[in-house]
Amino acid sequence: MERPLTQYIHPGCPPFDIREYEMTGGYSALQKVLKSMTPQEVQKLVQDSGLKGRGGAGFNTGMKWSFVPMGDSAPHPKYLIANADEMEPGTFKDRLLLEGNPHQLIEGMILAAYAIQADVSYIFLRWAYKKAAQLLRKSIHEAYAAGLLGKNILGSGFSLEMHLHTGVGRYMCGEETALLNALEGKRATPRAKPPFPQISGLYGKPTIVNNVETLCNLPHIVNNGAEWFKSLGNGSADSGTKLYGVSGKVNNPGCWELPMGVTVRELIEEHAGGMKNGYQLKGFLPGGASTDFLTAEHLDVKMDFASVTAAGSRLGTGTMVVMDDATCPVGFVHNLQHFFAQESCGWCTPCREGLPWVEKLLLSLEQGSGTTEDVELLQMHTQWLGPGNTFCALAPGAMEPLQSALKYFREDFEKHVALRRCPYQ
Amino acid sequence: MITQKINKDNITTSGDTAHYTEGLQEEQYLTDLERQAIDHEVALVPYKSAAVIEALKIVQHHRRWISDDSLNAIAAYLQMSPAEVDSVATFYNLIFRKPVGRHVILVCDSISCYVMKYGDIYKALQEKLHIKFGETTSDQCYTLLPNCCLGCCDHAPAMMIDNDLYKDVTVDMLDRILQKYS
Amino acid sequence: MSTIYIDNKQYEVKAGKNLLEACLGLGIDLPYFCWHPALGSVGACRQCAVKVFKDENDTHGRLVMSCMESIRDGLHLSVSDKTAKAFRSQVIEWLMTNHPHDCPVCDEGGSCHLQDMTVMTGHDYRRYHYKKRTYTNQYLGPFIHHEMNRCIQCYRCVRYYHEYAGGKDLNVFAAHNHVYFGRERDGILESPFSGNLVEVCPTGVFTDKTLREHYTRKWDLTTAPSVCNHCSVGCNTIAGERYGQLRCITNRYNSQVNGYFLCDRGRFGYEFVNSANRITQPLIRNRTVEAVDEAVLMDHLRALLTNHTLIGIGSPRASMESNIALMQLVGKENFYQGISDNAVFVEKRIVEVMQSGVIKTASLHDIQQSDAIVILGEDLWNTAPVMALAVRQGVMKTAAHQALQNRAIAEWHDAAVKELVQQEKGFLANCTVSSSPLDEISSSVMHKAPEDLARLGFAIAQRLNMVLPVVQLNDDMSTPAAVIAAALQKAKRPVIISGAGYYNEALIRAAFDIAAACKATAEEVHLAYVMPECNSMGLAMMQASGFENAVLRTSRVNNVTAIVLENDLYRNVPAQIADVFFNNCQHCIVLDSLHNATTQHADVLIPAASFAEADGTLVNYEGRAQRFYQVFVPANKNMQESWKWLMKMQPVQTGSAVERSYHPEEVLAMGEQLLPRLSGITAVAPPRNFRVNGQPLPRAPHRYSGRTAMLSNLTVSEPKPKQDYDSPFTFTMEGYSGMPPSPLIPFFWSPGWNSNQAVNKYQEEPGGSLKNEHAGKLLFEYKQDATPVYFKDIPEAFMVRHEKWLLLPQYEVFGSEELSAYSKGISELSPSPYAALSQLDADPLSLVNGSLITVKIFEQVYELPVRINAAIPKGVMLMPAGLAGMPVMAWNSWVQIISIRL
Ligand SMILES: Cc1cc2nc3c(=O)[nH]c(=O)nc-3n(C[C@H](O)[C@H](O)[C@H](O)COP(=O)(O)O)c2cc1C
Ligand code: SF4
Ligand code: FES
Repeated sequence: MERPLTQYIHPGCPPFDIREYEMTGGYSALQKVLKSMTPQEVQKLVQDSGLKGRGGAGFNTGMKWSFVPMGDSAPHPKYLIANADEMEPGTFKDRLLLEGNPHQLIEGMILAAYAIQADVSYIFLRWAYKKAAQLLRKSIHEAYAAGLLGKNILGSGFSLEMHLHTGVGRYMCGEETALLNALEGKRATPRAKPPFPQISGLYGKPTIVNNVETLCNLPHIVNNGAEWFKSLGNGSADSGTKLYGVSGKVNNPGCWELPMGVTVRELIEEHAGGMKNGYQLKGFLPGGASTDFLTAEHLDVKMDFASVTAAGSRLGTGTMVVMDDATCPVGFVHNLQHFFAQESCGWCTPCREGLPWVEKLLLSLEQGSGTTEDVELLQMHTQWLGPGNTFCALAPGAMEPLQSALKYFREDFEKHVALRRCPYQ
Repeated sequence: MITQKINKDNITTSGDTAHYTEGLQEEQYLTDLERQAIDHEVALVPYKSAAVIEALKIVQHHRRWISDDSLNAIAAYLQMSPAEVDSVATFYNLIFRKPVGRHVILVCDSISCYVMKYGDIYKALQEKLHIKFGETTSDQCYTLLPNCCLGCCDHAPAMMIDNDLYKDVTVDMLDRILQKYS
Repeated sequence: MSTIYIDNKQYEVKAGKNLLEACLGLGIDLPYFCWHPALGSVGACRQCAVKVFKDENDTHGRLVMSCMESIRDGLHLSVSDKTAKAFRSQVIEWLMTNHPHDCPVCDEGGSCHLQDMTVMTGHDYRRYHYKKRTYTNQYLGPFIHHEMNRCIQCYRCVRYYHEYAGGKDLNVFAAHNHVYFGRERDGILESPFSGNLVEVCPTGVFTDKTLREHYTRKWDLTTAPSVCNHCSVGCNTIAGERYGQLRCITNRYNSQVNGYFLCDRGRFGYEFVNSANRITQPLIRNRTVEAVDEAVLMDHLRALLTNHTLIGIGSPRASMESNIALMQLVGKENFYQGISDNAVFVEKRIVEVMQSGVIKTASLHDIQQSDAIVILGEDLWNTAPVMALAVRQGVMKTAAHQALQNRAIAEWHDAAVKELVQQEKGFLANCTVSSSPLDEISSSVMHKAPEDLARLGFAIAQRLNMVLPVVQLNDDMSTPAAVIAAALQKAKRPVIISGAGYYNEALIRAAFDIAAACKATAEEVHLAYVMPECNSMGLAMMQASGFENAVLRTSRVNNVTAIVLENDLYRNVPAQIADVFFNNCQHCIVLDSLHNATTQHADVLIPAASFAEADGTLVNYEGRAQRFYQVFVPANKNMQESWKWLMKMQPVQTGSAVERSYHPEEVLAMGEQLLPRLSGITAVAPPRNFRVNGQPLPRAPHRYSGRTAMLSNLTVSEPKPKQDYDSPFTFTMEGYSGMPPSPLIPFFWSPGWNSNQAVNKYQEEPGGSLKNEHAGKLLFEYKQDATPVYFKDIPEAFMVRHEKWLLLPQYEVFGSEELSAYSKGISELSPSPYAALSQLDADPLSLVNGSLITVKIFEQVYELPVRINAAIPKGVMLMPAGLAGMPVMAWNSWVQIISIRL
């Protein structure tokens, strides 16, 4: 089984420095691209490979790039940004890549930057990843020293600057347009799309924001080709491998690179070692806090974009949170809604006012003062805080676990009302 | 449920006793080190105000929190108004506009840690330090804050003290951990 | 034009707009908050949701924010769609979760956009049962009251104050549902445009603090269309009264002058009307002062007006009607402008230039549309604040147009446009004596003495038209001159602005030469000269000579009866000169509304109605005549328009007995007779007998309450409503209840729209001109084929004198204007006297800020604290102009510093 992204990552050991990275084939993709491929060819290759964004939305990466204005008349500087904000509760996959192999990300970024002819690149790193920050700083430095960043990279005429930016804490910073505002030194409120960042992004210039994992795939796609990448999918409709994670009351929580489309069962039972003794699986969020619950009946669902969607949820970040039978679903969802309400940026009405209301409703249910009408109000919010009604995807994301909790664990909600207390306490 | 009285001061500014330093000269306030670091960031962006978050981080790094004087000094240095700087400063969770202790304890309160009962950790910390979330010990040693997902859900519950990450935290471990910072 | 379908009805709408604008423009009620026609769309509040359908077969549709969707040909949308309606009412419910429902005690109640929208969406039942979030409020100074709990987080305040008006001290703080709108800490709002927050905020967060002193609901006000009388811009206002007191001033939209916004001097400077210092009764001074009634007064006047040489002293702050009536009474040759000869000289030149018709005058709208602006020697920020705001818009809009070129982004998409623009600015050259907030948006900033600025101007003109004489400039000026000329050469719609502020006539000529030279390359050139007071232009057009000439006359003739019209001469000329005048006159009749240094000299003092109690016409800096209407009849019937008094004096003077009353248009017609250059001024407004459907127009809205009870403490019988013979208005709510034509709008109201946002209903399209807009009468006519005659005579460069300083006025938004200074808040913000100097001049004398210097100006000696300002040119000293209690200075004379206390 191939694990291109994590092959050289050994938790506990320091990551490769530039020399070690190069010795294992690192930066050969960059050499190849600079020598023999046009930006358009790189775009086409990535498009053909079927790489979909690993940041959550799952949009074809090469396609996303193709909206960037190219050629002499294109505005400059153009920007390439690695989204390493990873603040989605339950998500810890980018950390592995950042701490485990920073050069892989840097190489991926240079490739992406070349494909869109960016002049400047940023890594937008969340503040909590202190170790990653240190490693990235060192690695960027090494790459500059080796002539892989800066002016006229490897004599190709292509130049790229790279900066590390560490955030100061706000989930919104992960949303790509809010991230741009944060980079500009502003409040990280999102921007309306259109115009998309590809047209008017950082400082009003064409910009691509890609997730860390997305970018880390690029060197391997360049080295091994589109067909190879597709074949990694192991029979799934999606290409490549994926970093999957499991957290919660399982025996062996963790994060693994596996072929796209492993089943939930394999993930939980094999990789995560099954539920801890005495606990039953009650439900799980397949891809982070803003995905719909699935339940034990979905154990055979394949973890790829289309299959999880078909099952009624989203692949999201691919890092799953398991809810056991001793955990109250209402309390669980309340914890999530508290997070989302706190992290709302305060820009649009439904999110700013709706989420705190939802949070209060859930709390009152938990505390035993909730009513049937309160449950209806929760349902009502899931309807109105949907995509398109709010300014960005934060609130719709928040509604996903709520709406599915109301669907699968309705009884639990009703018990809270009937018993006037939380039955789990 | 208590009503929060939200006042511009208690979301942002603090019990800072320093008087309003009108016409404060940033040269007198920011240290050489701070200014150099800010200058470095300014050089990377198209205009000064784009470096404001960096400047806040730099000054906070040296002084633990952003006092009104710091805010004014940064504003003057970047040719912004105090309101413009504060608008940005108060948006972010980890720019402190109130004094914090020498060590900031961030307890993850997000979903995986919730499932893994971070609540027990919090309760134990409360008992040991006699402070609740948002408070600072009277000896100014610790400030205790809740924090969203630390990206270490496979080792929940997790917490961070200053730059150090603690995984799979149990109540028993707390004394040993806290000892390091006293 | 595009065809769109709204609820299956076909409409033709203007392309390039968004759906919200289209719906509102078609008169369809659609609620909104964050969108504002002057601010554009950001899509934050989510209130304006509609359904959009792919085509006529699509039954499902998609919910979109109408303010964020462009009009597309063939687009189908539904406003009445069930889901869209339910969502809109849901948005209100969310906003209401934290809104305090304190309407009964809220100043916004009855004119609240939030109330209107709540009713419009039908939300009426609370399902949120938890404690509301509460905030503490801030002290924001004397004008604005802050009540944050009412906030609905629409972000309009910051977007207006910070982004539109450039104010730096108001912002949004914190995040999620704790966002807070205010200052970084308590304190006085710094922007002189803060009052617009009252109208921009859709609820009661920012309200008019001065109104709180004598609060009245909008529906209980008697209002009339008025014109601001605190500077020469002539912003259109609505003035409201109750119980004989003027209560508030709000903006009266028009597309050509002030648009949506006023300055704080205009909005809050009204309190002089209610001042205890008002003259209420005719006073006759013999050995004692005696208050008399009209009959006694007239009797007394007979002796003064007959067998005497009458000298009339006009006024730049009195209406055209009053000045004309005075001229008519005393005779053209005996009429003098009550301002100094210096000012007359400069203003006369301005009138000549404008009269020549070579260059169009610049309306504020023209300034906003301009792509390059040059300000030559006028401190706009302080002398014509709303013009400065328009300049800012011009600069911003130009940058936006440039950024949007070849981009598929709509102009209304405010956030996206700002992102493209970043910190780019359109071209503005601010060439003045001292610094101002306009500097920071200027591409070229120059601070020089007026002579040098004039030279700069001529040099720019010469670079645009090589035929003109070359001006020798130092390097520090020749480069900017080249830069400015290059920018003007590229500009399609340049505007040149100068003014009378420094009493420097060369500036006027230089500004004209630049504008004339621009004609060769530009599509349209506009020129504006700021004038000192609200009717300075009108008075200047009457072309009388200055006050010093009147003084000369009185020294030659010894039986003079002087009639001084609404003019404190001690503010316009040095005291010695005024003193001589009063000594020379045998009798002196003064008409004014407030006691002042001049009224002290009156043998007969006649109470003049203020603008709020008067009908009249003012001519603004563009030569635009605009009518203001009487708001209320003062309790004391002796307070009458000066022109009415003066017209009554005529029969007294001529001995004819016929008593008849005149109306404003008749007085204006007299003016046209006397002064052909005023021809056309009678067209300023509809005639007094104008009616709609045979009905007059009510000043009070239909909800006006207490009509029968208001005076019940005085009399139990309902008093007969006051009659108005001078205008198409009634003083009550009776009359035509529809929408009045544009110059006659006493308040903006439309069913369901009680707040000022009702203005949408009065406009052709949101943010466009009013329906059948009649924005006054422009008295200067542009002559297409008039060929420019350049002035060319270039002044000598400014020479610094040894130990002497050229004394120039520094105007202050708050404090320099006479009448507004009676408002408590304005006097609070007015500075105390100072002398401002360049750093270069302060250093050799070891002066620091606050050092006391004693200066000598002719024989007068003053001690003043020093203010050092690096922007001031060497050799120049600035002192605040027109502060209450500060004597008139001999501007443009040389002063000495005779002693220093550090
Ligand atoms: C509220 C919110 C938070 C997000 N946080 C992250 C994040 O932390 N990391 C990330 O890569 N994408 C995040 N996203 C998704 C990004 O907006 C964006 O789609 C992604 O970075 C694109 O990268 P990709 O195309 O490589 O997936 C977030 C989106 C939303 C709405
Ligand atoms: S204060 Fe008024 S204008 Fe500002 S966000 Fe709140 S409601 Fe809107
Ligand atoms: S008016 Fe359209 S979203 Fe606010």
